[in-house]
Amino acid sequence: MDFSYSPKEEAFRKEIKDWLAENMKELPRWWFDPNVLGPDLDSPEMHQFNLWWHKKLYNAGFVGINWPKEYGGRGATLLEQVVFSEELAKHRAPGPTNGLGIGWCGPTIMSYGTEEQKKRFLPKILTAEEIWCQGFSEPEAGSDLANIKTRAVDQGDHYIVNGQKVWTSGGHYSDWAVLMVRTDPNAPKHRGITYLLLDMHAPGVTVRPLRQMTGHSEFNEVFLDNVKISKSLQVGETNRGWYIAMGTLEFERSGIGATVMRENVVKDLIKLAREMKRNGEPLSKDPVIRQKIAQFYIDVNVLKYTGFRALTGQLRGERPGPETLVGNLFGVELNQRLQDFAMHLQGPYSRLVRGSKYAIEHGDWQYRFLRSRGNTIETGTSEIKRNLIAERGLGLPRSGR
Amino acid sequence: MDFGLSEEQVMLKTSAREFLDKECPKKLVRAMMDDEKGYSAELWKKMADLGWQGLVFPSKYGGADSSFLDLAVLLEEMGRALVPGPFVPTVVHVGRAILAAGTDAQKEQLLPKIASGDMIMTLAFTEPSGSLEASGISIKATLDGDEYVIEGTKLFVPDAHVADCILCATQTKESANPEDGITLFLVDAKTAGIKTEVLKTMTGEKLCEVLFSNVRVSKQNILGELDKGWPIMQRIFDEAAIAECAWMTGGIRWILETTNQYAKDRIQFGVPIGAFQATHHKMANMAIEVEGSTSITYYAAWATSENIPELALAASMAKAWCSDSYKHAAFEGVQIHGGIGFTWDHDMHLYFKRAKSSEVAWGDGDHHRERIAKLLSM
Repeated sequence: MDFSYSPKEEAFRKEIKDWLAENMKELPRWWFDPNVLGPDLDSPEMHQFNLWWHKKLYNAGFVGINWPKEYGGRGATLLEQVVFSEELAKHRAPGPTNGLGIGWCGPTIMSYGTEEQKKRFLPKILTAEEIWCQGFSEPEAGSDLANIKTRAVDQGDHYIVNGQKVWTSGGHYSDWAVLMVRTDPNAPKHRGITYLLLDMHAPGVTVRPLRQMTGHSEFNEVFLDNVKISKSLQVGETNRGWYIAMGTLEFERSGIGATVMRENVVKDLIKLAREMKRNGEPLSKDPVIRQKIAQFYIDVNVLKYTGFRALTGQLRGERPGPETLVGNLFGVELNQRLQDFAMHLQGPYSRLVRGSKYAIEHGDWQYRFLRSRGNTIETGTSEIKRNLIAERGLGLPRSGR
Repeated sequence: MDFGLSEEQVMLKTSAREFLDKECPKKLVRAMMDDEKGYSAELWKKMADLGWQGLVFPSKYGGADSSFLDLAVLLEEMGRALVPGPFVPTVVHVGRAILAAGTDAQKEQLLPKIASGDMIMTLAFTEPSGSLEASGISIKATLDGDEYVIEGTKLFVPDAHVADCILCATQTKESANPEDGITLFLVDAKTAGIKTEVLKTMTGEKLCEVLFSNVRVSKQNILGELDKGWPIMQRIFDEAAIAECAWMTGGIRWILETTNQYAKDRIQFGVPIGAFQATHHKMANMAIEVEGSTSITYYAAWATSENIPELALAASMAKAWCSDSYKHAAFEGVQIHGGIGFTWDHDMHLYFKRAKSSEVAWGDGDHHRERIAKLLSM
């Protein structure tokens, strides 16, 4: 039993740390100081900031580090990926943009796409020259994703696609999308779906932003009105699209990046508790508050060490076990509890949002608190995740959902 | 990076489970609840013959030179089997303390007997105040010639009625700082003036009231130094808490596996109750707590083996988490079993009760959370 890293991994860590030390100096003050107002999330200024930082990371070879070298990545090992995520999170550094493209769409094309598709799309994903989104969910197909109805009719060398997608994150500034469409309405649900690549600027594609609880519009509705998609943009076999979408892409299982971010939040909560007062005393001296913060500290460490067990299983070549499945769920629910607790610490000030006089840290906690409610819904609701833990982790019979 | 068990540790775990499945069935556990001694001498000897009592002691004392982490693997299996008797008090509470703080003479005299199973030891720390702080010790040891005279009451002392030797935490000096002036004495249990009464517990564990009336003990029997026993106690607290967590982890996993199997077997409304979403969710929540227990306990056991600076924090994190999760698992374990989960005949209540007892041993969740707050300089 050993928590150390090899000299090669430690050398990589040093490379990242040195680069961050040098380049984070260029970050604007608002990135570090919660009392300095930064651009709003949806703003063009924020978008430019993300692209500017992405370019720096890309030039340093720190984008898509786990992509094979032949596709522009670094071929980073699992542990190198862990080290990278750990250091970025420890330093509270911004990450690359085009997350869906680099994390999902690109790897899917790598695993299942043609050589032409790889050549055409992969390089511009890494540079963020082309931004990607996912056209999966529909109004009638959320948790029950196989229930999609967006129809692609075969016209020989292309499809004509009609339908609607929803919750398309980043759709309003995306250039391309991975798209699940129904090509055989007569087949059983999962076996009539095809995986296509959609040009978001093609005629017939309309993107309408959806406003979320936080006030921003991270996601969208996408309407497809007789959109023509060439068959050269089909990934994998016809009617096998479901299995491609669900295909296991080998993500590193430790989740350490997100875990370290939660550790940072716990540190920030301690700081907040020291600053906020009740009856003249800092909240950090209140016994109940101390109990709750200590429990968060325990929770984040349980998350961390469970993640290392999941990673160990992966390094040993084992299939994901219960320790892998529980980690993700526990982490997102922990985040919700952390953010809710920050509200609790702020007392009456918890009502004040960005732009308000007297708002604490420009309403950043308020944004995170509201945004966190989406964490147990996106990428699988916590109810579904519990079903999967029960079914795949514990072998219980499938529920009627 | 490898947060897993070695091949040898897996072998130890597997062989321990096979042995205990055969030699420590629930029938024995239940019988020992009502038994006066509370443990099987036969099982005790068999464990010694396997080298279990000696596992973590140096080979020169008849031990196996294994690590605390190895011991944690064994303790998990013993906790799963609810092994009755004084194993942990002997090996962990007192044995490890002698190993850490004893003189060469004390080690030579006592450790071989612990390793061979020929000596039963227990630690008398808690008093009627129930406190785990130095200020909770009011039992006094007063110097009289070459001997100290111990006077006072200890409570919840495991297996004191069968112990050969009791390690007693006393106050030998009054001081503004209560942590200054604590002395640990190795007291022969047959010494005149010691009166032991077994308390009636929910679990059947033999926790005792031990009255010390004019108990004379040689100053040779001091463990460590006069007045400087508190640092030894602090180390014992951490190791005892982690050992308890390892024991608890075995029990929590038994609850998960047993309840999971029941959910697959029990048919109602034409389907296994394990097919209902509510059951899925309860079992998933239990799985989160069980996996968390394993993760944090083994980290803490590793921290003990490696003697890292963060050991105290690790011990408190593990004990707080396991205290809550064993209890939650036990509550749901009964609930999911329905009516039979509530019966005496079903084994669930044995674990349920152990969960509650373990929760309060060596500090409950609240105690350890406050300790964490202090360690984080809140």
